[in-house]
Amino acid sequence: MRLELRGITKKFGSLTANDRIDLVVEPGQIHCLLGENGAGKSTLMNVLFGLLQADEGEILIDGEKVRLTNSGDAVRRGIGMVHQHFMLVPVFTVAENVVLGFEPTRSLDRLDYARAREDIRSVSRQFGLEVDPDATVESLPIGLQQRVEIIKALGHDAQLLILDEPTAVLTPQEADALMAIMRSLTASGKSILFISHKLKEVRHVSDVITVIRAGRVIGSVPPTASENELAAMMVGREVSLVVDKTEAAPREPVLELRDLVVRDDRGLPVVDGVSLEVRAGEIVALAGVQGNGQTELVEAITGLRHVESGSVRLAGRDITNRPPRDILDAGLGHIPEDRQRDGLVLSMSVADNMVLNTPRRTPFARRGTRNLRAVRDHAESLVESFDVRTSSVDAPLSSLSGGNQQKVIVARELSRPLEALVASQPTRGLDVGSIEYVHREIVRVRDEGHAVLIVSSELDEVMALGDRVAVMFQGRITGVVDPSTSREDVGLLMTGSAPAGIA
Amino acid sequence: MTPSLRRLWDHYRSASPVTIALLALVLGLVVGAVIIVATTPAILDAWRGAVHSWTGPGHALKVTFDNVGAAYRSIFTGSIVDPPQFWHSVTTGQNWTASLTPLSETFTYATPLVIASIAVGITFQTGLFNIGANGQAILGGVAGVAVATLVHLPMALHLPLTLLAGIAGGVVGGAIPGLLKAYTGAHEVIVTLMFNYVASYFMLFCLLSTPLQLPNQTNAISRTMPGGTQLAPLFGTASGLRVNYGIVVALAVTVFALWLLNRSSIGFEFRVTGANPHAARASGINARRTLVTSFLISGGLAGLAGVTWVAGTTHYIDQNFLQGSAGIGFTAITVSLLGRNRPIGIVWGSLLFAALEVGGSNMQANTGIPYDLATVIQSAIVIFVATPVLVKEIFRLRALRAESVKVATAGWGL
Repeated sequence: MRLELRGITKKFGSLTANDRIDLVVEPGQIHCLLGENGAGKSTLMNVLFGLLQADEGEILIDGEKVRLTNSGDAVRRGIGMVHQHFMLVPVFTVAENVVLGFEPTRSLDRLDYARAREDIRSVSRQFGLEVDPDATVESLPIGLQQRVEIIKALGHDAQLLILDEPTAVLTPQEADALMAIMRSLTASGKSILFISHKLKEVRHVSDVITVIRAGRVIGSVPPTASENELAAMMVGREVSLVVDKTEAAPREPVLELRDLVVRDDRGLPVVDGVSLEVRAGEIVALAGVQGNGQTELVEAITGLRHVESGSVRLAGRDITNRPPRDILDAGLGHIPEDRQRDGLVLSMSVADNMVLNTPRRTPFARRGTRNLRAVRDHAESLVESFDVRTSSVDAPLSSLSGGNQQKVIVARELSRPLEALVASQPTRGLDVGSIEYVHREIVRVRDEGHAVLIVSSELDEVMALGDRVAVMFQGRITGVVDPSTSREDVGLLMTGSAPAGIA
Repeated sequence: MTPSLRRLWDHYRSASPVTIALLALVLGLVVGAVIIVATTPAILDAWRGAVHSWTGPGHALKVTFDNVGAAYRSIFTGSIVDPPQFWHSVTTGQNWTASLTPLSETFTYATPLVIASIAVGITFQTGLFNIGANGQAILGGVAGVAVATLVHLPMALHLPLTLLAGIAGGVVGGAIPGLLKAYTGAHEVIVTLMFNYVASYFMLFCLLSTPLQLPNQTNAISRTMPGGTQLAPLFGTASGLRVNYGIVVALAVTVFALWLLNRSSIGFEFRVTGANPHAARASGINARRTLVTSFLISGGLAGLAGVTWVAGTTHYIDQNFLQGSAGIGFTAITVSLLGRNRPIGIVWGSLLFAALEVGGSNMQANTGIPYDLATVIQSAIVIFVATPVLVKEIFRLRALRAESVKVATAGWGL
């Protein structure tokens, strides 16, 4: 299918989210739409999928002008969309999810599961999308759930697939598998419109890259363009992609984990005897495929999960199984993995979020009464010094972009008296500019002499940021290596096999 | 339009909560009018006549407007002011009692409603449902009457102690579901809902037992509170107006709630817990303590609402106390919703509900349209407030979102 967008303009009130966007996707092409969060990518996709109506401009499919007034129109025209957050029923099987809304039936309105299964198998075979049609969706890893979404779209005979930040939730291996699938789809003549802000994978998989910024097309470039070029186009200025840092000068250990055992919600020991030392003035990066106990380890350190055995010490004090309040007050900064869930209250103001874990501390409160002026002053100075983009400190946090929301957490945690900082997936879902910023701040914390533990499933980030890299696999540390170690060796540690010459 | 006028227009068109509430009131009255039309024989006959004869719809329209107008007029004159009567008082200086009775009644009824609704609103803000405010108010009323009738003290001590007893009774009622939820995980909706029955039957038991029961009685009725423990009429007993010093209590509770929710540290923790319990936990807020405290405060205020009602108006309780349609603890849930769980919103919501309640009785007396219509209007208002999307659609309001989208997209380096 050849898709052409001509002069698409979409306004929300006084804001122009899409400004005269022109775009052509050729048959069999992987066309990447690259842009920062808030650049207008999602708006454009929603227009294309019929979820929003453009104020101006037209959509042409194979040269024919079409009007898409709802997603059903788009599906009938052969457009399929895989959302960033999957639209699947977790307790249904793969087959049930795929046929949902278009159920094949036999006589007497009985569902024809045999046919549904066969349809799935044939799509699977054709495009290399292996998945068990009888598995319930909730039992599948994220990568397979995404496959189900893709199969669902293909099942409706999509000729153009829109993938909205498909790799944001995937492990590196799953992302690689997805790229392979994307290639096999285009090889059979389907077109893909791929939305991302990850430069590496974009260059890796795309045929054409169109960069949009502030609702406008900045330009289309071949994938041979360098990462720096792309980043500069996205952000509108030069960005540094390597983390600028000096040699670490580690001192005494600050955060000490000894033989830590932690169980997950099902009672399984997902952290199984972890010992790790983070010293003042160094960054230890914890690498590993997601789901190998990193999340639970961090929860145990921050007091959010019960420690079965072993101990956590912070600056010489035992904080094992202390309430979160005591641990925060002992000087542990925490940038949580899921910032909107654990780190922020979206409906509250920026100022309130800046004191979320210190509301009772002077000068923010005295004898139970909050000093709102002090809270605002504090927030205003942090907004200023951490360059948080917000209309005012009284604006609700939900009005900020993802990057700026993360900055609020960073500002809050780094403005407290700290001994150590634990940051989980600190740059997940952030755009290039924000990533650069968060990395710089983390290095600054280290240089001020604090201990820093980073948990990240992005290998690039781990290698760039860590002074030492600890690799976790199935609840154990499989090795602590120097960041100069080859990616292959770290990759081996991530799968539990020890490469030659490494502990 | 000039820029400032334009902004004013935009502001009206944007769906602010206040706009929504006012429009919901309008829609509620429209729904009420439709029901009046559909259930009043005179109106239906007039329309039938319009269809079958050549008189045209003019007469039928007139009958419709007369009837609906009369109903709403009597709600207004019964709850706020009757202009001719008022003008008469102003010019002659006579009959002020009659002129002020509607407002007095509205405020009398609104007084405990404000307190009870704030009680409910505080738990809502904490993300908890206190469906048991009515039971807690009953316990407050029983405890207050007990202290008032069974203890002998100078008035300066006796009235405060009576009110404190009411609070204490409610605190007990709030502590039970609060502690059960905190330590056993029992769902507070179930516990509080059923606790209303426990409280009602406990009250009956008290009213049928010595020493609370009025001596030489077989009915469930308490002794009357001595004068020193009553909340006296604001304008003196001779005025004949029932509005009483309970208003001062309600005002104090409103001020307390404003401080609690907007200025206090504990209130901040309530709101964080209510808006995002995960973030609350990660921020070191003690979920258990927050939950129990919220329920204790809520229960205490609900108890205060109960004792304020007794001490201000009836001065005794019988088996009908806070039962059925008089269950202000239940009305409080809807009022709190109407006021978006915020003290000032709740005060306005209480006044509106009280006015509809009081005016509804007047409407029934004057026009024969059942008092229940007031309840229908109340319910319709709450439904419309609860579905802002519907209200926005009906009035073609512009969403407030445009503003926030703009901020959300003000990204990096732009």
